[in-house]
Amino acid sequence: MTNETVTTTNTDTPSTATASNELIGAVIKEKALIFELSQPGRVGYSLPECDVPRVETSSVIPQEMLRSEAAALPEVYEVDVIRHYTELSRLNFGVDNGFYPLGSCTMKYNPKINEDVARYAGFAKIHPYQPETSIQGALEMLHTLQNDLAALTGMDAVTLQPAAGAHGEWTGLMMIRAYHEKRGEHRTKVIVPDSSHGTNPASATVAGFQTITIPSNEKGLVDLEALRAAVGPDTAALMLTNPNTLGLFEEQITEIAQVVHEAGGLLYYDGANSNAIMGITRPGDMGFDVVHLNLHKTMSTPHGGGGPGAGPVGVKNKLLPFLPEPVVEKKEDGSYTLRSGSPDSIGRVKAYYGNFGILVRAYTYIRTYGPEGLRRVSECAVLNANYMMHRLKDHYIMPYDNVCKHEFVMSGKGLKQYGVRTLDVAKRLLDFGYHPPTVYFPLNVEECIMIEPTETESKETLDAFIDTMIQIANEAKETPELVINAPYTTVVKRLDEATAARKPVLNCACS
Amino acid sequence: MKLHRYIPMTPQNEADMLAVVGASSIEDLFKDIPAAVRYQGTLPMSEMLDEYALTRHMGQLAGRNADTDRYTSFLGAGIYDHHVPSVINHVISRSEFYTAYTPYQPEISQGELQAIFEFQSYICELTGMAVANASMYDGATALAEAASLAASATGRTKIVAFSTIHPEARAVVRSYARGLNLEVVEVAYGDGVTDISALAEVLDDQTAAVLVQSPNFFGGIEGIRAAADLAHENGALLVVSTNPISLGLLEAPGKLGADIVVGDAQPLGISMSLGGPTCGFFAVSQAQMRRMPGRIVGQTKDRDGKRGFVLTLQTREQHIRRDKATSNICSNQALLALSASVYMSIMGKQGMIDVADLNIQKAHYAAQKLSSVAGLKLTFQSPFFNEFVITLPEGTSAAELNLKLLEQGVIGGYDLGLSYPELSGHMLFAVTEKRTKSEIDQLATQLEASL
Repeated sequence: MTNETVTTTNTDTPSTATASNELIGAVIKEKALIFELSQPGRVGYSLPECDVPRVETSSVIPQEMLRSEAAALPEVYEVDVIRHYTELSRLNFGVDNGFYPLGSCTMKYNPKINEDVARYAGFAKIHPYQPETSIQGALEMLHTLQNDLAALTGMDAVTLQPAAGAHGEWTGLMMIRAYHEKRGEHRTKVIVPDSSHGTNPASATVAGFQTITIPSNEKGLVDLEALRAAVGPDTAALMLTNPNTLGLFEEQITEIAQVVHEAGGLLYYDGANSNAIMGITRPGDMGFDVVHLNLHKTMSTPHGGGGPGAGPVGVKNKLLPFLPEPVVEKKEDGSYTLRSGSPDSIGRVKAYYGNFGILVRAYTYIRTYGPEGLRRVSECAVLNANYMMHRLKDHYIMPYDNVCKHEFVMSGKGLKQYGVRTLDVAKRLLDFGYHPPTVYFPLNVEECIMIEPTETESKETLDAFIDTMIQIANEAKETPELVINAPYTTVVKRLDEATAARKPVLNCACS
Repeated sequence: MKLHRYIPMTPQNEADMLAVVGASSIEDLFKDIPAAVRYQGTLPMSEMLDEYALTRHMGQLAGRNADTDRYTSFLGAGIYDHHVPSVINHVISRSEFYTAYTPYQPEISQGELQAIFEFQSYICELTGMAVANASMYDGATALAEAASLAASATGRTKIVAFSTIHPEARAVVRSYARGLNLEVVEVAYGDGVTDISALAEVLDDQTAAVLVQSPNFFGGIEGIRAAADLAHENGALLVVSTNPISLGLLEAPGKLGADIVVGDAQPLGISMSLGGPTCGFFAVSQAQMRRMPGRIVGQTKDRDGKRGFVLTLQTREQHIRRDKATSNICSNQALLALSASVYMSIMGKQGMIDVADLNIQKAHYAAQKLSSVAGLKLTFQSPFFNEFVITLPEGTSAAELNLKLLEQGVIGGYDLGLSYPELSGHMLFAVTEKRTKSEIDQLATQLEASL
């Protein structure tokens, strides 16, 4: 995730804009909207014939329920559609285009076999309400994946239903709420550190809790004293990411767990950073009671330009009765079934059984590596991050200069004296063909730059990126305007976000 | 050391990088993890397979499922077996789209941003609403978020839901309502649709929203305008959940008084995939724009005055507003929204009309054909779109009937007794443009023989 709370301002002079156009050497035309390609009478579809005796529509559906005016959709043919979206794709940057060190997002390579397998007819063309006997292969896959993820996280059971990380957080918190209520306890507060993902407090609100934010200590870790002061009889849970969003492992995790548990609260593990710990340590062994994983991060399923993800949730035995339904189970005869009807279940969190197509990809990924391979994934992700941190520490400020895990944060505040901000560094990176790191998150680091290389990048790639970051730091000192006015090579320059929010234009208003 | 095809770290790289870091081994990098919580040994997980063995394994798992390439399906109930134009898979397989993250860096994400802007435009056109967002997880969670929006917009806590709404969507609404401390009251159905008088009885000055699905779970077309009028008289918002493919011919809910229109875009070129991933859509009237959950793309200009697109109105969202956000949603279903956009581009103005028409024609033929089988009758007489309910002869088990159909290569209808106990012995059949007259005739014959 990235947080750009900074609003782009148009402080450049017209001459800069002209110069940047000259740099490209051509005026790039505006890309047409699909609606603007429409020509009356053109079609792109092929539908079956109506081979049944026709009825007059208005004889079976009252006229007032029928559309008075056709929806103003474009009239284009198939070639228009393919060229339009192919052109749009070329205006987009993905992991397959280049290095994408977006901290906390784990932009690793998305394996192609996963894409092929998810498209097998036996996975893609099956209906959730088919008789169970006709989806045994799918149910077996789900059951195996549940077990694999339980083993990986050290939990007793896993639900695969949540569609994304935030959805998993909410699911987990609803189980925590049901657990306390079942015990007759009224616990209303969820504690989060100031470095937590924004989804943590937002999910707490949607689950009916109030959020208490506690400050991190000077090492970037949970301040045990602040935690002790915050917990009490109203504490429902502590939500923690470990390693945290600074890329640091909470060394006092067992003490943290003890403080929360002694107060009667539960521990929630935000699994966004699981790529650091596979096979090395498990949330269940650290004392966490509930865990979600982001399969679109750790398990290589593609981010899709914003989704779909999958956010399975694992729980310890004491939370089993509260799992959302249905649950995939193996029967004594070896067949698989979907079970519902637990009186204490929090109910349904989504229609059907989760983002199944994403779960197929995640399972394929797990089988590609096996447990030892997954451990190697984490080892390499952590070595890559530490290597980058060490090579960059003389050029950017490292607020937490100890060993990091899969990601690290640095601060661009040393460049402010030249009038250059972190946002400018990020924009300048675009000219070198990189997706920038996450910027301005976590909130407790000024001018924050958060870098997560992942294990799928080579030393050559890391070195080239590091050299570029060093070059930009030098540019900031020597020719700050060059950085401040970046990017120069992109299809659009910095965009006016302030006007976009003040006078929203949110659709093409075609009709 | 086992080498992996996605990991480029050579032993030489490892040695060189450790030297720069000043560590003697990778193990040194994990010294901050207390020994007490270190995992010892090998995790008891599924074993590694080589690429060929893995395709065989996955092929075997897939082969044990009855897919619609091999079976003829009359099953709907929220997930539909429509034709998916070839173009769609080619577009969403462009890895510039599917390997990208959320478009936070607009200069290198104009493709995704424009695609979302066009998706928002398509949804507004179909639903007749002013503003749409970039997508939700699915239709069920979109409906729950709509209830949440209505509660915050009205400051009220009671949600009135038609019992003809998809049972799983109602269940999701109840789950979210529990979190938000909202009360959910259901309105009983009449002849396959909801009597407006039954709605009048439960509305009061604490009602935040009336939730309607149309076409409803039984396929029936609800009286949206009357429900909207009644909701508005009581100061509540009207939320309509709809099947987007029906909107080629059915009136846009926005023109019938809806304040929020949601639904699942699965019928628009998204594969069934055991029910997910699909794509929820969410559209509102202008008045509710700043209360919308999720991501929204807006049009703007760059510093050269050129048109461009950005994520906008972000102060509603969790990464800015944290516990005060309008929703906790972060990841959505962008790639499926792209599928839906490509579908609507391919279908265009006339194709959306024609596909809706084919669904109506074939479903009505099937309803007439099946209800002419001795022992079967059409349960409800209200207008319907592409699904209808059939009453089976007394004592017939819908589940057993479906197993018999399965043996004959047919995936039968939905057993309504699973979610409406009073409708045990009733089946919900869906008939899309894919079904042929001969398949429908054959289903009638098969049912006749099985009863």
